[in-house]
Amino acid sequence: MATATYVPIATQTLSTSASSITFSSIPSTYTDLRLVFVGNSSAANRYLTLTFNADSGTNYSMTYLVGDGTTAASGNRTSDTSLYTNNYGGSSITIPQFITADIFSYTGSTYKTVLCTTSSDKNGSGNTDRVAGLWRSTSAITSITMQYLITGSNINAGTTATLWGI
Amino acid sequence: MAATYNLISSQVLGSSAASVTFSSIPQTYTDLVLRISARSDFSGVVENMMFSFNSDYSGSYSDTALRGNGAAASSVRDTSALSIYWSAAGNISTSNTFGSAEIYIPSYTASQYKPLSGIGAGETNATTAYMGATAGLYRGSTSAISSILISVGNGSNWLTNSSFYLYGIKNS
Repeated sequence: MATATYVPIATQTLSTSASSITFSSIPSTYTDLRLVFVGNSSAANRYLTLTFNADSGTNYSMTYLVGDGTTAASGNRTSDTSLYTNNYGGSSITIPQFITADIFSYTGSTYKTVLCTTSSDKNGSGNTDRVAGLWRSTSAITSITMQYLITGSNINAGTTATLWGI
Repeated sequence: MAATYNLISSQVLGSSAASVTFSSIPQTYTDLVLRISARSDFSGVVENMMFSFNSDYSGSYSDTALRGNGAAASSVRDTSALSIYWSAAGNISTSNTFGSAEIYIPSYTASQYKPLSGIGAGETNATTAYMGATAGLYRGSTSAISSILISVGNGSNWLTNSSFYLYGIKNS
């Protein structure tokens, strides 16, 4: 049998709400990482953000392309303390949103590029986003923390996050 | 280690068909992925794919799309249908060109509304190329998805050589 190249590293499904989800001790044996998140938040229209290696410095930036059902727009954020996976938030208290993050060459000694997709349709509102993200660190990624901003919004029970190694 | 990204079923059309159905989808995976190459008999350049789950043809679907045509970007929305925008070629597109699409359905057995993500594109070496990213939602039921129907949005039939592949992804 051929060696599997799309390998589940870990899955977390919340049985109770939590302020964040963290994947730690990520093995350095893969080429890329893929994060798949299906969930919602305790307050509406929050942004799911990623923090790598618990780095809360102003080392994150992103450029986004978004559609809200009426208008297409593009913009960017610079020197953030975490990586925004989208610019419109779009989370719901009841309707799950689907977010992916592809993290390329996560063990390399260059800055880390991340491509994110957010699908947050809410039957008459919501958005679809594509984000190019950057973490300005040359360290290998060993942990990833997901958290909804703004502070005070939890990740709801039932949310599932899976980290894949490729 | 067992493969985690498996082909469940495929359909490559030998003749035109109004729709394609994947039924009896096993409930043993975590996520589903559809990868499609398609062209329809629509007398236009750009075709949309329409999706229905579990034979539910009510208005329990919605989507928000971001799209570009080589000249401008725009965004549109449906509130009673699930259309993966600009994911197939119409029949006045450049000969032999097919649209390409990937639709990712996470947690398809979870007891919740089903969000999904779609990306579709068609490059035709003409002034009107197209691509679209779609956020979709099925809220008709919290039941697991066991069948998927893919029909033509504007025309009447998918044309010969259109291909539809359904994969299952397993996280354990």
